[in-house]
Amino acid sequence: MRHQLALQIGPVAFRIGSAWPEPLAALARLYAAYPAPADDICDFTVRLEPEKPWRRWIRPSVAIQGDYVLPDAAPMALAHGLLAAEMGMNLQMALGQKRFLLLHASSVEKNGRALVMTGESGAGKSTLAALLGERGWRLMGDEFALLDLDSGNLWPFPRAISLKNGAIAVMEGEAPAERFGPLLEDTPKGAIRHLRPNEAAIVGMNQCARPALILFPRFGADCAARGVGQAEIFMRLTQSSTNYVALGGAGFDALTGLVRSCPAAAIDYPDTEGAIDLVEALWSEAA
Amino acid sequence: MKEGWLNRDAPPSQRGKPGPVRAGARQLVDALRDPENFQTSDWSGLITAARAEQLLGSLAFRLEGRPVPERAASILAGARREAAQQRTQALWEAEMARRACEGLSVPLILLKGTAFHAAGLDAAVGRSVGDLDLLVPRARIEEVEAALIDAGWERIKPADGYDDLYYRRWMHELPPLVHRDRDRMADVHHTILPPTARPTPDAAALIADSIAIDSGVAILSSPDMIVHAAAHLFADGDLAGGLRNLWDIDRLLRQFGAEPGFWQVLATRARLHQLTAPVALALRLSARLFATPVDAGIAGRARPSDRLFEARLLARDNWGRPTRPLLRFAFYLRSHWLRMPPLMLARHLLVKARR
Amino acid sequence: MTAAPRYIAEHRDRVRAVELDGLVVLFHETSGMTHIVAPPAPEILDALREGPADAATLLARLAARFAFEQKDGAEAVAARLAELEQAGLVRRT
Repeated sequence: MRHQLALQIGPVAFRIGSAWPEPLAALARLYAAYPAPADDICDFTVRLEPEKPWRRWIRPSVAIQGDYVLPDAAPMALAHGLLAAEMGMNLQMALGQKRFLLLHASSVEKNGRALVMTGESGAGKSTLAALLGERGWRLMGDEFALLDLDSGNLWPFPRAISLKNGAIAVMEGEAPAERFGPLLEDTPKGAIRHLRPNEAAIVGMNQCARPALILFPRFGADCAARGVGQAEIFMRLTQSSTNYVALGGAGFDALTGLVRSCPAAAIDYPDTEGAIDLVEALWSEAA
Repeated sequence: MKEGWLNRDAPPSQRGKPGPVRAGARQLVDALRDPENFQTSDWSGLITAARAEQLLGSLAFRLEGRPVPERAASILAGARREAAQQRTQALWEAEMARRACEGLSVPLILLKGTAFHAAGLDAAVGRSVGDLDLLVPRARIEEVEAALIDAGWERIKPADGYDDLYYRRWMHELPPLVHRDRDRMADVHHTILPPTARPTPDAAALIADSIAIDSGVAILSSPDMIVHAAAHLFADGDLAGGLRNLWDIDRLLRQFGAEPGFWQVLATRARLHQLTAPVALALRLSARLFATPVDAGIAGRARPSDRLFEARLLARDNWGRPTRPLLRFAFYLRSHWLRMPPLMLARHLLVKARR
Repeated sequence: MTAAPRYIAEHRDRVRAVELDGLVVLFHETSGMTHIVAPPAPEILDALREGPADAATLLARLAARFAFEQKDGAEAVAARLAELEQAGLVRRT
C-alpha cells in the first residue's frame, strides 16, 4: 500500500494503509507519542481506498476497506479521511475483536479501579470520560471498554476521543490546542473533532484496572441517581456489546462476573460540572 | 485403473531461512500445508490474508502449540475460541432444523461445514460456518420449507415474480430462509448443482447413499462429499472463497483416502454424477497447493488451465486485497456460463438489466 | 385421539444459571445462546428434569411444589413452556 501507518492502542495494534497521504498524516499527528506495534504484528488492517480507481484523483472518494467491512457503507470525502480511518478502526473492533469482551462504554481509572460509563450514543459518556481524564483520572477509553475474559479486569483502549457538536467547545476549554485534530464539519453526525488523550493515558495504556462502578449517564435532567438492577445491567451490556454472542460461555462468565461484583447506578445530569460532582460522590461510596 | 500417488512437492518455502515474504494467500497456504516448518516476518500479512479467506480459525488450529510471537499467539487463541462458538452455533441450527422437521420423516442431509462438524471430521477443525445447508428430496422440499417456516424461519424477501420463479425452476435450492430470532440463514437444496448446469448430478443417488448420524439427520457418503466439494468449487461459482473450499478438500481427502477402496468408489461416483473433470481438477489443485496425496489416475495429467485456477485461488495480497482483476473477471464470466445455456443466460441478463 | 405432547428439558449440565435479582440468566451450552428468564420459567425447567411430562403433568408438579391452584397458573405455564420450546431449552419427545 502506498502509504502506511501502524498504531498500538492498549493491547490492540492496527495498521492503516491509504491511497492518499493526507489521512495518515492527520492520523500520525493525532496519535503523536503513541508507540508502534511491537514485532510489527497487527491485530487488524484498515485500508482507505478509492471507491472506483478514478476516484483517487477525481472528486476523491474514500471507501473504508479492511479485514472487516460494512457491505453498503457510503464512501467519504477525502477531507474526512481522518474520520474514515477512525471509523475503520472502530469497525474492525466491532466486527473482529475476539480476544476481549467489548462493552460499548467509556472508562476511566483511579487507584487501580475503573469507572465504566455506558448508555446510548449522545448520552455523554465520551465527554464525561474526557473531562474526568483532565481532572485527575486516567482515561482508559471513550468508545470501547475491553473486559479480560480470564481475569475480569478492564484493559485500556485509549483511542483519540471523538467529540461531537457541543462537546467540542466543552473540551476546547479543557485541553491544549495541540492535542486536537482538525475540525471536521458536515459529517453524517454533524461536526466532529478528535482529541488525543493526555500523557497519563498514553503512558498507562498497558495498565489494567479492576471495574468498581458502572454508571448509566443521561443528560438533560436535574442531578439524580438511582440504583439499577443486575438483570437490567446485564441486558443493557449484552445489547450494546458487538461481540458478546461470538464469545459464547467465556463471554457469559465474564459478564455475569462483572455484573455480580460491580455496583451500578443510573444518573441524570443537567450539565457537565454537575455530572462530575455526582460521579465523584458515587465513586467515593463505591470504591 | 492406474495405481499411483501424486504428491507434488510444496513450492519453495522459507524453510528455516528468512527471505522475501511470499504474498498473502501463498504465505497462508504455506502455513496451512506445513506449519512445522513455517516461518514468516510478516505475521500481519498472514493474519490479514487468513481473515480475508475465512481461514483464520483453521490456521489457528494448525499453528496451535507452535512457537509463535506473543501477539500472534493471542490473536490465534481468540480465533480458536471463536471457531468453537461457530461450531456450536452451526450444530444448533442443524438441531433446530431437525426438531422442526421431526414429524415429516424426511431425512435432512447436512452439507458443507455443518456436515463436517456434525460428523467430527478433520475438515471441521477451525472451520467457520455461516449458513445451514440442507439437501432434501425434491418432492418433499415444499413440506420442509413449510415446517421450517412454522418453526420461526422466514423468507428474506417476499415471494416475488421473477426472482421466485428463477429460484424454484432454475436453481437447485429454495430462496434463502433466515430465522427470525437467531438471525441465521438456511439454504434448502434438492440437488447440488443448478438444473441448468451441464453436469447433472444424481440427487437420488446422493440421498440413497447418505449416512444417518442422528435421527432425521444425515451426511453425504465420503466419496459424495468430495464430489460435492469439487462441484461447489469448480462447477458452480467464480472461485470466490475458493481457497477455503480447497482446504476442505485437502482435509477430506487425507481423512478418507486412508479408507480401503475409497479412490475406486470416488472415481465411480464422480462418473455417476458427471463430475469427473471437476473432481480430477480438485485432486490436482489440492496436491499442487497442499501436497495432498491423491490417486494419480483419477487426478489425471496437469492441464495448462490448472495454473489459472491456482492463480485465481491465490489472488490475495498481504494487505488482504484481491489481486488479478482480469483473471477474476474471467472467472466471473465463467460462473455465469456454467450455470446456464447461452440463450437462457441472455434472457436472464436482459430481465435483470431491465430492473 | 393423539396423545398430548411430552416435553423434556435440556440437562442441567448443559445450562449455566446465574441469578440476578429475581431473574435468571441462562447460558445454554448446546446452542451457545444466552436467555434471561423470569419465574416460572426456571421452575418449569427444574420440574421437567424430574422426568418427561406433558403440559398437564407439568402443571400438577409445579402446583404441588409451589402451592398454587392449577387453574390459576395454567395459562402462564403454557406461555412460558412455549417460549422455552422456541428457545430450544425444552423440546418434545
